[in-house]
Amino acid sequence: MAGEAGMTTKNQAKKQPVIKCKGIYKIFGEAVPSLIRENNGAIDVESFKQQGCIFGVNDASFEVYEGEMLVVMGLSGSGKSTLLRCISRLTDTTSGNILIDGEDLLAMNSKELIELRRNKMGMVFQSFALLPHKTVLENIAFPLQVKGMSTKESIERASAMIDLVSLSGRENYYPRQLSGGQQQRVGIARSLAVEPDIWFLDEPFSALDPLIRKEMQDEFLRLQGLLNKTILFVTHDFDEALRLADRIAIMKDGVIEQIDAPANIVLNPATEYVAKFTNEVPREKVLKCSDVMEKEDKNTKKMSSIKVPANAIIETVAEEVLNESKPVPVVDETGKTVGVLNRTSIIHVLFGKHEH
Amino acid sequence: MLNSFKQSKLQQFALLLVVFITLCWLVPKPDDYKYLVSAATSNTGSDNWLWRLPDLIAWLPLWLADGINYVMFDWITVDVYNEDLEENESISVVKEITRSLSWFVLFFIQTIREFLVGGLKTIVTFTSWDFINDNPWAKLPGLPWTVVTGAAILLGFNLGGRFLAILVGASLTYISLFGQWEPAMKTLSLVLVAASISVVFGLLLGIAAYRSKLVEAALSPVLGIAQTMPQFSYLVPMFVLFGLGDHAGALATIVFATPPMVRLTLLGLKSVPSEVVEAGLMSGCTRRQLMFGVMLPAARQNILVGVNQVIMQCLAMVVIASLIGATGIGDDLLKALNGLKLGKAFELGVCIVLMAITLDKLSLAWANKPIDYFADLSFSQRHRNKFILLAILAAGVLLALIGRYVFGDGINYFFIIDTNKGLTTESYLDAGIDWMVTSWFQPLEAFKAWVFVDVLEPVRSAFRGMPAIATFTLVMGVGYIIGGVRSALVVGAYLLFIALTAWWDRALTTAYFVAIALVIAGSLGALLGILCARSNRASKVALIMCDTLQTFPSFIYLIPAIMLFQVSNIAVLIAITPYAMIPALRYTIEGLRNVSPALQDAGSMSGVSRMQRLISIELPLAFPHIVLGINQTVMFALAMVIIGAMIGSTEDLGELILGSLSDAQGIGKGLILGLNVAFMGLIIDHLLNTWARERKEALGLA
Repeated sequence: MAGEAGMTTKNQAKKQPVIKCKGIYKIFGEAVPSLIRENNGAIDVESFKQQGCIFGVNDASFEVYEGEMLVVMGLSGSGKSTLLRCISRLTDTTSGNILIDGEDLLAMNSKELIELRRNKMGMVFQSFALLPHKTVLENIAFPLQVKGMSTKESIERASAMIDLVSLSGRENYYPRQLSGGQQQRVGIARSLAVEPDIWFLDEPFSALDPLIRKEMQDEFLRLQGLLNKTILFVTHDFDEALRLADRIAIMKDGVIEQIDAPANIVLNPATEYVAKFTNEVPREKVLKCSDVMEKEDKNTKKMSSIKVPANAIIETVAEEVLNESKPVPVVDETGKTVGVLNRTSIIHVLFGKHEH
Repeated sequence: MLNSFKQSKLQQFALLLVVFITLCWLVPKPDDYKYLVSAATSNTGSDNWLWRLPDLIAWLPLWLADGINYVMFDWITVDVYNEDLEENESISVVKEITRSLSWFVLFFIQTIREFLVGGLKTIVTFTSWDFINDNPWAKLPGLPWTVVTGAAILLGFNLGGRFLAILVGASLTYISLFGQWEPAMKTLSLVLVAASISVVFGLLLGIAAYRSKLVEAALSPVLGIAQTMPQFSYLVPMFVLFGLGDHAGALATIVFATPPMVRLTLLGLKSVPSEVVEAGLMSGCTRRQLMFGVMLPAARQNILVGVNQVIMQCLAMVVIASLIGATGIGDDLLKALNGLKLGKAFELGVCIVLMAITLDKLSLAWANKPIDYFADLSFSQRHRNKFILLAILAAGVLLALIGRYVFGDGINYFFIIDTNKGLTTESYLDAGIDWMVTSWFQPLEAFKAWVFVDVLEPVRSAFRGMPAIATFTLVMGVGYIIGGVRSALVVGAYLLFIALTAWWDRALTTAYFVAIALVIAGSLGALLGILCARSNRASKVALIMCDTLQTFPSFIYLIPAIMLFQVSNIAVLIAITPYAMIPALRYTIEGLRNVSPALQDAGSMSGVSRMQRLISIELPLAFPHIVLGINQTVMFALAMVIIGAMIGSTEDLGELILGSLSDAQGIGKGLILGLNVAFMGLIIDHLLNTWARERKEALGLA
């Protein structure tokens, strides 16, 4: 009954991935280099662990396509931030391949890396990481000035970014004079100033109050609608992941347990660990009509007169459908019927047991 | 039984004490033992190694002195033809290098100095003496004191507002009116040059240490020793390397003042949040952009505290540096003290204290001032300070010119008041001191005699009567109980070095002074701290007092002590006590006040009384921090005991260090003696720090 998630299939058909990771390992421990030498480059997880090594990232492979948002979800210590730091090369990867637009990231020398970061990458940090000695305007202009852009031009660009994140009027404030939400707006503006293709966000909203967090998520979705960046987003908040992601990768102890579209994860958790998260999720708030609809039965003559859009969240249409005894047609953007919703399927979503 | 012994450190300490006392009793003082005051060595008695170790490295000072002399004067020499003498001279390259360094430093000091008080050497440097003879007008006139004071007030106002402006203005006016302008400005020029060089040097070393673990590991013991070595022991090496004069004083000051800058730079860089560094990296910073655009500015607060400390250390050195030719107010103070002109010394002391407070407050205000980037200022607003400065200059010069007519051939009070020609209260002060001495002579003498005979002398002979084996057992035993085998070996190595030099007895005497000072200053400080911590206001006042007292150069504390107790060992102890009390007081208050409010509330809800709260909640939690204060108290006392040799015949290491200043081979002696003092400090520092760290970890405070 699960409909295939649209985004991934849509994008996978196109050209090469923006980020391509293959067999990434990040292993901590003093003995790591000598152990790898002994094993001729091979990594034997069990024997390494016995030697006291800790696996930050354990054999991660995935791809992120242009304009796609991959959310890496995991609890603290699961290796999600380490994974992000491997891909931004803030830490050295122990083993594996990372290709950015087809170029080998790990083979780059420091000059190439700096060029890449100056032009292609932007990053937002959990603790905002604003430079305390610079004003809002200067913080945002910093990556531009580092590139060698003239002061005048960089300030103009930074001012435009300030408008984008709705901070006009606070150009000359210092970070310490701003609230957490405002500081993160500055962080976002700074990371976008160089117009990067790839946008890394490391738990950007975790340090904020729940209400502000919701507001910032909306703001973030608005920006992404405008800019359509390729995004790697790290969070420990499963609800946040469901809200934002095109695809979610769930990590535990350095291993990616499951990587899939949000609806698929909710409907078909791959492991018990993943199921622990999905059990608590109110499915009617996550699933869309297209996720639970059934095939149109040509024999059924009596279709309901109301129609529901395929990408509508179940919660928003549940009442209508439950009040209707006849099957309700589900239509796509063009108005073509792609399936039907029955009362039973809605009832199953709302009240059904979701034992895995 | 054995298990409980392993658990209880108290029982272990008790056993150690028993062993120690038994050893003292088993190895009695040899009959022919005599503490030799006059000779450099005093290892007499017997060749009983349990009593005293043989001075196996007694040759080290001489060897060191010969080595340095060789490198300085005979190592790489070049024959140069001297036109005046018409013969070949051999010139040592090393000496030429150090001398040109001296010249370089001296040039900066003189230039600043001549801008402040006038002179012609700067112009000579760029031209020649002949030029000066032909053009008698060509000299820097010096700024009228009104201009310097006005500019300083303006600076104070901009950095810290009205209060700071008044403080700065009052201090400088006092210094000028009391006729100490010229020496004060001489000192200022030295301090400014020494402080700038220290800051740059410290910053570079700090960055190097941050970037390389190797450099950090290499620097850390050097810094530790440089900070615990008595300031005196830098003097002879500086004198040998760089000659006598302001530059040597400045260089000795730099050696002493750089370590805190290195430490605070490193600390600042290390405490930059890793995400800020990552943000810099992700912005595409190069290594240099990251250091200068991100890390150093983000570490600004710590670094500026370092600058403040450097300035304070420089001022603390001005009196001591005058022993190797630094001129200025410190030199005058030293002369006044040597001539027992106490009234004069007091006035000069006040001037130094005022300078210290002024510079401290100005640099702190600078450190805490946020930079204002608001750009929409009008032209006149942006350049307001420059206009005011020009106006001050014009007005000051005009006033000085008017002064020339008003005062005629007398002293032009509007220009620069000649040294010692200003106001003075010297005669009143001297009369007051005389009155005090004559009217209090009997009781004071009786007090002195009682203290010396009944308190000091028994303790001192007990320290000197301690056999080496007992000392080693005690110190290494404490090390073992606190930090295991490693600590025992570390403190044992320090102790062994001292024991093998010729000055073990002297070191015991220094230890005795420190111990007495520790008991008095430590208990007074802790007690006062406990009392002050009871009330918010008292804590605040006490902490401000500590801040202020700490800006006083250590030398200043000698003046009131010597006024009351003349030149004596009691005067030394009296001088140490307030100085060494400061950290004990400060740390006690900080420790007690920082006990977490949640625990306080938990205590209140358990219904503790005030005394119970103090004894069972506050003190145990604050104790590790208080111990850190006690550690500082020991360091301060040690530094002060050495300086105390100037006002009392202490018969300890300090006296010998002071003596080495006028000794031909003094460079080796001074250095090794200095190392002895440094190692004593490092033993205590290691023990107390290790203990406090483990205790804090055990309490979950670290």
